[in-house]
Amino acid sequence: MATAQTRTLSRVMMAPAVIVLLIWMIVPLVMTLWFSFQNYSLINPMMTGFAGWANYVYVIGDPSFTQALVNTLILVGGVLAITVVGGVLLAMLLDQPIWGQGLLRIIVISPFFVMPPVAALIWKNGFMHPGYGMLGHLWKFFGLQPVDWFNQYPLFSVIVIVAWQWLPFATLILLTAIQSLSEEQREAAEMDGANALNRFRYIILPHMARAITIVILIQTIFLLGIFAEIRVTTGGGPGYASTNITFLVFRTGILSNDIGAGSAGGVVAVIIANIVAIFLMRAVGKNLDA
Amino acid sequence: MARNVPASTRIGFTALAWIIALILFSPILWVLLTAFKTEAEAIANTPTFFPQNFTLENFGAVQARSDYIKHATNSIIVSVGSTLIGLVIGIPAAWAMAFAPTKRTKDVLMWMLSTKMMPAVGVLIPIYLIFRDLRLLDTVHGLTIIMTLINLPIIIWMLYTYFKEIPVDILEASRMDGAELWNEIVHVLVPMAVPGIASTLLLNVILAWNEAFWTITLTSGRAGTLTAFISSFSSPQGLFLAKLSAASLLAIAPILLMGWFSQKQLVRGLTFGAVK
Repeated sequence: MATAQTRTLSRVMMAPAVIVLLIWMIVPLVMTLWFSFQNYSLINPMMTGFAGWANYVYVIGDPSFTQALVNTLILVGGVLAITVVGGVLLAMLLDQPIWGQGLLRIIVISPFFVMPPVAALIWKNGFMHPGYGMLGHLWKFFGLQPVDWFNQYPLFSVIVIVAWQWLPFATLILLTAIQSLSEEQREAAEMDGANALNRFRYIILPHMARAITIVILIQTIFLLGIFAEIRVTTGGGPGYASTNITFLVFRTGILSNDIGAGSAGGVVAVIIANIVAIFLMRAVGKNLDA
Repeated sequence: MARNVPASTRIGFTALAWIIALILFSPILWVLLTAFKTEAEAIANTPTFFPQNFTLENFGAVQARSDYIKHATNSIIVSVGSTLIGLVIGIPAAWAMAFAPTKRTKDVLMWMLSTKMMPAVGVLIPIYLIFRDLRLLDTVHGLTIIMTLINLPIIIWMLYTYFKEIPVDILEASRMDGAELWNEIVHVLVPMAVPGIASTLLLNVILAWNEAFWTITLTSGRAGTLTAFISSFSSPQGLFLAKLSAASLLAIAPILLMGWFSQKQLVRGLTFGAVK
């Protein structure tokens, strides 16, 4: 039982963290909301005053917004599909009795530690460049015409890069989850005559459900904010073909200096993130309680 | 694990796993090899695997072209600095929540986690304007403040899950022995808490080192970290492939090593203690 004295002490100990995070959460967000209803452009300082919903109408009404929204969903969905399915398969493979398991783990996790701009530039210049990229050489080796990935399939190329970074994360989390499945459980299933497919379906997959849930949740948080990979490869283009919501706000607010419209985009991004968070928490809440 | 499997199965799985692993690793391998090639060799029509004319000149060129050491220093100051400040704020908070939990502790923790779910771009513009007005744009201390704030929830969560595992019984046993509170903390709790704090430190240095949204938007030449430095290679001039590789290798090598050492803690830290 906590005494009054320890309660006071623990409040004092928590105060700095709580205050700092409270300020961090409230002040900028309120400012974003405020700016989003103002006429505020760094290029045209004469234009000031209350803008009503004009910024929102301008941002949401623009075709670039719809495209950025669709791109965001494709980017998040595509990367999640690749990393979760690939992660489950790879984790199962690494769990098999294989030689060099420890070393393999280290090799497989490595891409996750590569900072986003490096990952993006390696892929852009070393692999996907039609002239001297490794994929270009490979295509030529098979007598095919090298593909100009970032011009022809910009969004797909970004998905490949991001999936490469996050597949190791999913694999590592899921492998940790599989390995916590006790050997007795597996042996019992094996002795009961369950075949490999049934063992996967009824024992391994349910056991991994919680970890998969967590992988999806955490990755979604990060994937909604993908930025550097786009910035250093396509710059959001060609046109808006690889612009997501995060990049659109950056483009509007910082590159075009339209504070009002950029802020409106920022508010929309916060709303989308919240919808996704609530939706995910609901859909998977059952799993999280377990 | 002594599962009995036929040798052929084992060889098959091993081969498949190694092939996939090497494909995943190939971009990193490419950086490692290209960093020691000449620019001409790096873009040769017939690609080479090992450098034919092993050279170290790319590393010198990178330093001369854009002062690599300055950016690396910025990265170290920001990632280590923000982590240390985060620990100073986070340790007392996590300590209080782990050892003197109240009805609201869970809610506070969930709220802290929710601040992490806020998209950075939602507050980019006010932060950018505040930084401009306070002359914090492109400064190392400005960036350190932001980095501390974005990683604080992870620091507190990680520490909390570690502190939670310290058995409270030990505390009470030593209290019965008449040990004073201070002695109790120094001799009993701190040694048990140190491994958790070390893991938290390591993971957060990695996360801050690789952070690439705020570093790119809030800095340019002066306070640019390695993420901003590498991004400056995105519009290349002339032959640059080998130099890009040399710069990339220097930027990722220390973190790769740290990452390999901390992969177990990584799982726990990034899942907020939900998977161990």
